[in-house]
Amino acid sequence: MKRIRIQYAKLDPLRYTSHLDMQKIWERALRRARLPLTYSQGFHPQPRLNQACPLPLGVTSRDEIIDIWLNCDSLSAIEILNTLQKTLPDGIRIHQINEIPLNEPPPDRLVIAAEYEITLFEALPPHELERRVAELVSVESIIRIRREKQYDLRPLILNISIIEEANQPIHRLRLRLSARPGATGRADEVLSALGLDATSARIERTRLILEKDASVC
Amino acid sequence: MLSANEIQTRLERVLLKVQKPGRYVGGEYNQIIKTWESVKTRVALVFPDIYDLGLPNLGLAILYDELNRRPDVLAERAYAPWLDMETMMRQHGIPLYSLESKHALADFDIVGFSLPYENLYTNTLNLLDLAQIPLFSSERDEAHPLIIAGGHATYNPEPMAVFIDAFVIGEGEEVIHEVVNAYQSWKSNGGARIDLLIALSHVSGVYVPSLYEPDYHENGTIAHIRKLNDTAPLPVRKRIMGKLPEPTWRFLVPNIDVVHDRVAIEIMRGCTRGCRFCHAGIVTRPVRERPPEQIIAAIRNALEYTGYEEVALLSLSSSDYSHILELVNRISNELADYPNLSISLPSLRIETVSLDILEKLRDSKSGGFTLAPEAATDRMRNIINKPISTEQLLETTNAIYRRGWTTIKLYFMIGHPSETLEDVRAIADVCKTVLAQGRKSIGRRATLHVGISTFVPKAHTPFQWAACDTPEIIESKQRLLKRELSGPNLKLNWTDPQETLMEAWLSRGDRRMGKVIFEAWKRGAKFDAWHDQFNFAAWQEAFQFCNLNPDFYTHRPRALNEVFPWDHISTGVRKSYLLQEYQNSQQGLLREDCRSQCYACGILPEFNQLRRQNPGNYWKCPEVASLTVE
Ligand code: SF4
Repeated sequence: MKRIRIQYAKLDPLRYTSHLDMQKIWERALRRARLPLTYSQGFHPQPRLNQACPLPLGVTSRDEIIDIWLNCDSLSAIEILNTLQKTLPDGIRIHQINEIPLNEPPPDRLVIAAEYEITLFEALPPHELERRVAELVSVESIIRIRREKQYDLRPLILNISIIEEANQPIHRLRLRLSARPGATGRADEVLSALGLDATSARIERTRLILEKDASVC
Repeated sequence: MLSANEIQTRLERVLLKVQKPGRYVGGEYNQIIKTWESVKTRVALVFPDIYDLGLPNLGLAILYDELNRRPDVLAERAYAPWLDMETMMRQHGIPLYSLESKHALADFDIVGFSLPYENLYTNTLNLLDLAQIPLFSSERDEAHPLIIAGGHATYNPEPMAVFIDAFVIGEGEEVIHEVVNAYQSWKSNGGARIDLLIALSHVSGVYVPSLYEPDYHENGTIAHIRKLNDTAPLPVRKRIMGKLPEPTWRFLVPNIDVVHDRVAIEIMRGCTRGCRFCHAGIVTRPVRERPPEQIIAAIRNALEYTGYEEVALLSLSSSDYSHILELVNRISNELADYPNLSISLPSLRIETVSLDILEKLRDSKSGGFTLAPEAATDRMRNIINKPISTEQLLETTNAIYRRGWTTIKLYFMIGHPSETLEDVRAIADVCKTVLAQGRKSIGRRATLHVGISTFVPKAHTPFQWAACDTPEIIESKQRLLKRELSGPNLKLNWTDPQETLMEAWLSRGDRRMGKVIFEAWKRGAKFDAWHDQFNFAAWQEAFQFCNLNPDFYTHRPRALNEVFPWDHISTGVRKSYLLQEYQNSQQGLLREDCRSQCYACGILPEFNQLRRQNPGNYWKCPEVASLTVE
């Protein structure tokens, strides 16, 4: 048995495909490639795949991670990549593939934070976005309710900054949010804390930050 | 009309505000996108219900494949947006668009609707409206797309006649190309719209309703159907394939959950059983089978092409497929390299051999075993021509429980002609016996699901003369069943009597019904197939407004010599044969499977040339003597 870790981008048209449905998308791509999936035991055997950090519906990502377990010893990561490339659906672009030890912790447990880029469809009046961001970072806690549970969003926001572009009104933000188990920030929650409708912007996850990279950032 | 880019931009702003936005973006694996300008003709294929139901539709998958294999044509898809999305589209001025390239439907050359059932009619109007295309055929000109429709409901095209330019009656694989060809030569000659319609009427299997007009008697029945153009055919005969083409295996794989997430392979067309209520059994005659090797090759191709592990083998009566045992054996041997393959085989006969078949297919037994006895007394079984004894039913159900299935699903139909409460009580009795025996064999795990549909007399069947039960009678029958069939491990399903009524008046409707459909739609009727959306009041008001009586269509027994609104559409089965069968039913006379003996239903003389071109066992009708060549 082999464990393969794939890092990939999830883009249109898969942007509206849920975390659960992505599981099926991967299964089918792997089956089309005739790669030997391994299955769980039990009445309804499930292929062994493990995706890190669910991406909310409508958010694209340039940095996703999935681990797959394959029943083979001979294939190299590169060979697997070459076979898989031909059967991937539009919207998945693999940028790294590595064989990792079978006992490696699940990818979810390695991620500590995630970065996002937010593009507003309509720019706010001049200086308005800057003002709201400044106000947001100045407070000590932002109490919000999600799924009937109260939580503090503020400590989950590790960083927030404005992206300035020449000759363009300010309409883009960069965010770094905590992404630890039980302490995961959502970009749409930050938007609404800024008084913006989460459906008025395009959100992209640009990077997952792993524990081992933490020293770098 | 908005450009594809403008539509795309507006979409991005609304998609996050609706449920399941993945329905509205396309991008499925195996979808085909061609450059818009690179082809001569652009066809939009529309299923007038939501994506989740439309994507798995086999008929449209076949046409999509047929058309896209032509280099000079592109075919794209559209489905009905759910209510939330429709509101958004109307608010933001987004017209109905194709999922592939996001072009407005109005920018296509041809828009084809799939109409398998009558309860999609108001949705069809709604989609035309959402596409900003005039609803009535008479209001469209050369600048609008040609609107065509096909599917089982269109064997009685009259209720939708004022909205559709041309109906394709019967099997579409060949005729769709001829429609496109006729369109292309019309376009290059630059004629008027009427020239296109006349040209289309010359394509065998195409019905252009505007070239015909019905005359009515004072009592509202039809006197005759008149041609308005000398060259139009009368009757219009359905189109069939002499030889079934290789089954489609180039399926789209959706990016979200849909109802039948699987490969569907049709193993044969037609049915020789002759159940008298069954519309499909008549309109799909003759029986033509696909060879097992072709089916297996298609399954293999589809599995490789899609990555699915689930396959449904479709037909009206799987047990009647001549090579069924060979097929299941070969599937389990030759596809052994797919260890998790799951094959479903619906419509099995009520006999223990069916269990052997499913066991060979490694059926998981968790999904339950489905049987359709339809009736529970011998009298009713003779009337509907589905002879299956209670003993045989019980022997089969008993074996099903004993051999490891814990759930059985039984389908019955109430409301058959001359059915009494006693016949209905017998349904309850037999269900109780089935479950009691199951309890004896496997204890409290034994579960029974009973589905009770309500009979609707359909055009082109032996029961086309029959009256439909009134809602009061239907309700009393359903009450009896609900009272008798309750308890642990017993689940009962039935159809809303008002929805049955709608199906009844639309199935045997005439051309005047078009106005009723229009008025009902104007009053908010849409998604009629959805129990929680069905708007009976809108339909009642529409009938009133049009000064028509729904009972005329539903509860009126027809005179034996009545001209029906669909008489000028020929399925190949003669009306006199249907009448004989109706009379046989009234006398309780059975007619056996016509595989053992041909009853001359009319199919052979109508299609004798095709039969001659396709000799041998491949058709289940007897061979026609070949022409002697001098
Ligand atoms: S022609 Fe004869 S064998 Fe063929 S469908 Fe009709 S009755 Fe059956």
